[in-house]
Amino acid sequence: MNLRIFGDPVIFEIGPVPVTETMVTSTAVTIALVSAAVLLRHFVSRQPHHWLAIVAFMTVDSFDRLVEEIIGRRHAIVATLAGSLFLFIAACNIAGQLPGVHPATGSLATTSALAAVVFLSVPIAGIWTHGTWEYVKQYFRPNPLMMPLHVISELSRTLALAVRLFGNIMSGHLVVGLLVALAGFLVPTPIMALDLLIGLLQAYIFAILSTVYIGAAISAEEE
Amino acid sequence: MTDQTIIAVVAMAGAALTMALGAIGAAIGESRIGAAAMDALARQPDEASSITRTLFVSLAMVESTAIFCLVVALILLFANPFLSVMGN
Repeated sequence: MNLRIFGDPVIFEIGPVPVTETMVTSTAVTIALVSAAVLLRHFVSRQPHHWLAIVAFMTVDSFDRLVEEIIGRRHAIVATLAGSLFLFIAACNIAGQLPGVHPATGSLATTSALAAVVFLSVPIAGIWTHGTWEYVKQYFRPNPLMMPLHVISELSRTLALAVRLFGNIMSGHLVVGLLVALAGFLVPTPIMALDLLIGLLQAYIFAILSTVYIGAAISAEEE
Repeated sequence: MTDQTIIAVVAMAGAALTMALGAIGAAIGESRIGAAAMDALARQPDEASSITRTLFVSLAMVESTAIFCLVVALILLFANPFLSVMGN
């Protein structure tokens, strides 16, 4: 059998740019999510009593309430970011259960990109809310010796965010692959069911943690 | 024994040790989380939904240390930088 842990096979090339399997899967997931969103938008604006419109309202409201529980008030931009992260990661993880599809989140490149988005959102949110000077001053609190520790903690939590998602999804896929090779038909089914749960849970955790990090930058001054 | 063999043997032993010790730590942490959640549920059954959500989030965060160990072990076994530097 073919163990794929860190590699990413190139499917075809556009000029000098190699297009890998992960890029194809994540693009397909993005297209599916965007078309679902466009469909729901049509129902919300034209027939607000259709059940698809109610599904859309409930989705948006659940992310709003999630952000409200963590930050303490409604915040549309953070809710949008957390919701997009959750839906993309959850859709990627569930798409990985389809036969022959390797989940896009099982590649370290995808998860690093998602963690980098969170890493960059934190200073943007902080500077937007408090201004540059106030935000930078937070690093020198409670005293200037803490500055390196603050920087290290931001870097290490970004690394942890990326490796946690990658490790969970990749190891789940690997275990299923090993069981198929060793035991065969129907034996890996319970593990695949566990993978469904873990995929949704990891997407939820990624969204929660990014909201917590951004919320800490937003509300640091208000306490 | 060539250098290649020594590196491979040490990498395998290292991977096994990483996984074993990492699993012990995560297992102890998760059992404590589970016990604390049971305690909290017994005291405040009304808060079940909030406790369960926090329980799952903390379980997954503690689990991630074991997952880090798994990633390191897999790097040692399948993507060992020292084996490829030696040229095989």
